[in-house]
Amino acid sequence: MDNTGSQTTSNLLEVRGLTKIFGSLKACDAVDLAIAKGEIHALLGENGAGKSTLVKMLFGSLEPASGDILWKDQSVRVNSPGEARALGIGMVFQHFSLFEALTAAENIALSLDKETPISEIAEKARELSKAYGLPLDPFALVGDLSVGERQRIEIVRCLLQEPELIILDEPTSVLTPQEADKLFETLERLRAEGKSILYISHRLEEVKRLCDRATVLRHGKVVAHCDPRNESPASLARMMVGDEVVGAERPPREAGEQQEMLGICGLSRKPAGPFSVQLHDIWLTVKSGEVIGIAGVAGNGQGEFFEAVSGEVLQEAPNVLRIRGEAAGRRDINDRRMLGAAFVPEERLGHGAAPALRLSENLLLSRFRTDASAFLSNIGLVASGALSKASKRIVADMDVRKSAEDPEASALSGGNLQKFIIGRELDRKPAVMVVNQPTWGVDAGAAARIRQALIDLARGGSAVLVISQDLDELFEISDAIAVMHNGHLSDPIPIGEATYEKIGLLMGGADAAASPAVKEAV
Amino acid sequence: MRVELVKRPQQSALFSALSPFIALGLTLIAGAIMFSLLGKNPLDALYYYFIDPLTGIWDPGNRWQLHELAIKAAPLILIAVGLSVCFLSNNWNIGAEGQFVTGAMAGSMIPVLFPEFQSWIVLPLMLIMGMAGGAAYASIPAFLKVRFNTNEILTSLMLVYVAQLFNDWLVRGPWRNPEGFSFPGTVRFHEYAIIPQIWPDAGRAHWGFVFALLAAVAVWFMLSKTVKGFEIKVLGQSPRAGRFAGFSASRMVFFAFLISGALAGLAGISEVAGPVEHLNEKISIGYGFTAIIVAFLGRLNPLGIVAAGLILALTYLGGEAAQISLQVSDKTVRAFQGMLLFFVLACDTLIHYRVRLVAPPAAKPAGAAATEPAGNA
Repeated sequence: MDNTGSQTTSNLLEVRGLTKIFGSLKACDAVDLAIAKGEIHALLGENGAGKSTLVKMLFGSLEPASGDILWKDQSVRVNSPGEARALGIGMVFQHFSLFEALTAAENIALSLDKETPISEIAEKARELSKAYGLPLDPFALVGDLSVGERQRIEIVRCLLQEPELIILDEPTSVLTPQEADKLFETLERLRAEGKSILYISHRLEEVKRLCDRATVLRHGKVVAHCDPRNESPASLARMMVGDEVVGAERPPREAGEQQEMLGICGLSRKPAGPFSVQLHDIWLTVKSGEVIGIAGVAGNGQGEFFEAVSGEVLQEAPNVLRIRGEAAGRRDINDRRMLGAAFVPEERLGHGAAPALRLSENLLLSRFRTDASAFLSNIGLVASGALSKASKRIVADMDVRKSAEDPEASALSGGNLQKFIIGRELDRKPAVMVVNQPTWGVDAGAAARIRQALIDLARGGSAVLVISQDLDELFEISDAIAVMHNGHLSDPIPIGEATYEKIGLLMGGADAAASPAVKEAV
Repeated sequence: MRVELVKRPQQSALFSALSPFIALGLTLIAGAIMFSLLGKNPLDALYYYFIDPLTGIWDPGNRWQLHELAIKAAPLILIAVGLSVCFLSNNWNIGAEGQFVTGAMAGSMIPVLFPEFQSWIVLPLMLIMGMAGGAAYASIPAFLKVRFNTNEILTSLMLVYVAQLFNDWLVRGPWRNPEGFSFPGTVRFHEYAIIPQIWPDAGRAHWGFVFALLAAVAVWFMLSKTVKGFEIKVLGQSPRAGRFAGFSASRMVFFAFLISGALAGLAGISEVAGPVEHLNEKISIGYGFTAIIVAFLGRLNPLGIVAAGLILALTYLGGEAAQISLQVSDKTVRAFQGMLLFFVLACDTLIHYRVRLVAPPAAKPAGAAATEPAGNA
């Protein structure tokens, strides 16, 4: 209790009644927050709870509608990121802003205001990275680096400016469990030096382990200030969601004959561009009734793999890919759909849906061939009546929340659009379902619904392949997990034998990198 | 002080519909200012531009002005309808003027090179040749875009000058009428090679205007009712979503360029086989460029384009009237059209974005900073 007494004097940053309004939405509604010197403060909340908006106001990228920001007990206005840096606030973004064709040191130099020779920057970066246990080669090309290494550049870049408060936005979402452990050590070292850290995350275990205090946001409002060490992950989740979160139920598979629904036999793909990943000789079988998960750190070839399986990019030989026994390697995406496959890409706006088209039109996007008899008239005209009826059915089935009768896709929140896109494919009752990042950026309630729907689809006799970076999700829904690293896919590990450590090691390339080398040597 | 454009969360449906009218109103105001700077009475000028060409409509003996309007509007509508397919699918064909000239040259081959061939089939053949010529010329930037990833704005625009100069050489050189007193231009087309007039007694308007209306209705139907129209919109908005739907972006490049090239070519041959009746060096008077304005003023909707085409045709007629009555340069027409495009695009931008003025960071109010924490504590 004694830390509440000292709170008023030792706060590095204090926020009072900070509000930001977008149109009619209050993204942040009278948010209060206090960060003491030398603490790691967690900012918890679901996607869309207002975490990013709050942080952008602190970092000067957004202007608050009302409220005060106090820095060392002085009221300040932060008009730009430059001013935030001048105050002593540094930020590491979730999505890195690095130029792939430049070296680490050059990227760091770009963000510095003063003109400093590259060699000097490289020297400083090397010292810092050594001091904080962040191994980094300043002269490596960013394009050649892993996501974890790129994050280190961002952190070193931030530390070079000697900030007193470091804001980290979902830093572990792109890391393997082992890389995350290393990051925590660095953060603890920074705390020991008296620096303050605002740590944004929705991973409750790590918040509990690392953070001194937590502020929980829900729908733009602060719902709790608490000490995460005194809470359980379940109680934290309740605060975030406002409701009990139920995990998906995974009934055992029915015993009996299971036939191969999706077969991938030696899929390789040359890199399409200088920074895309090469796929090496991937073998995988997905049988009816099962969910196979593909884990991996972002950017290890998952996107390239999805494009190849969906038929957006064709294979060199027909036999490389089989859908329900039919060789489909040379067939395009609509032919593959006609064989019973359905696909949900990672990006919703601009890939899974066209932003300025209405929901009913977006329904046509993936189904104008497979459901031609329902959605097109005899002479090939679009039957808008049937479309809007079907889209209403999907909206009801998946509980899609929307503001208008038939809004444009871009008017929906990410989670609701994802529910619609998944519902669009489930509505066809596909025999093979391939999903990339099913619940990325989706709130917990909707995510649970999507996961359950995928399991139910599989138990109904379909084959489901889920590519995800969220290990918890994969452990919840998969019957077996394979790991993608650097374009190689490991053998699937049955869920009974899989552990976080095992998968984590594979994600870091421990096994997968070794095995092809052995193959090549032989 | 700096100016920022901030995307609006929602666009006003009312102002989206009003936008072309607001743009027209602003053009009239800016035009009035332009005329007063030129030392003319702005009200007189606007009268000659926009009212005078229409005064004859109600007078049965004077309906020719309406026909002239249709003659000017026909190529604008034809070309703009084709351009709407291009622009909606995110293909920036700026070279319709060149496709117009090429269509005119290709269609003229039959009456110029084979003057003895006289039959009812000559005219349909000429129209088909015109469309084929325009489409073939438009396929060059399409091919360059698909094969070499070149910027179609540059290639299609540069090809305009190639077509214009080639036409100029043709009508001064190999195709020049030997009995034409050395004036550039081909022989006058024979009667089978002339597009008939709709109502010959009332005025010169020919069937080209009907082609334009038919093309507008057909393309409108395609865009709003068919899967092809859906494909055009999806690929225009987001190529990746198009690929996910199984549509081919490169095939769409060809489709859009071929359609708009064919319609521009049809406009070209309709112009020389219609009111002009022979090919000369002056057929290219900027219809292909003005049609870009028509397409946007019509909000890329073929039915809107019909209305927009008539309005822009009026500025051509008004420009002629104003030249005679006010002795202003014919360049004022271009200035007018330019202002109109500017205001249309500006209005559209303001519908999608909000202008926000950002004040330079003010000096911190020292007093407030000092007292506030004390007051709260």
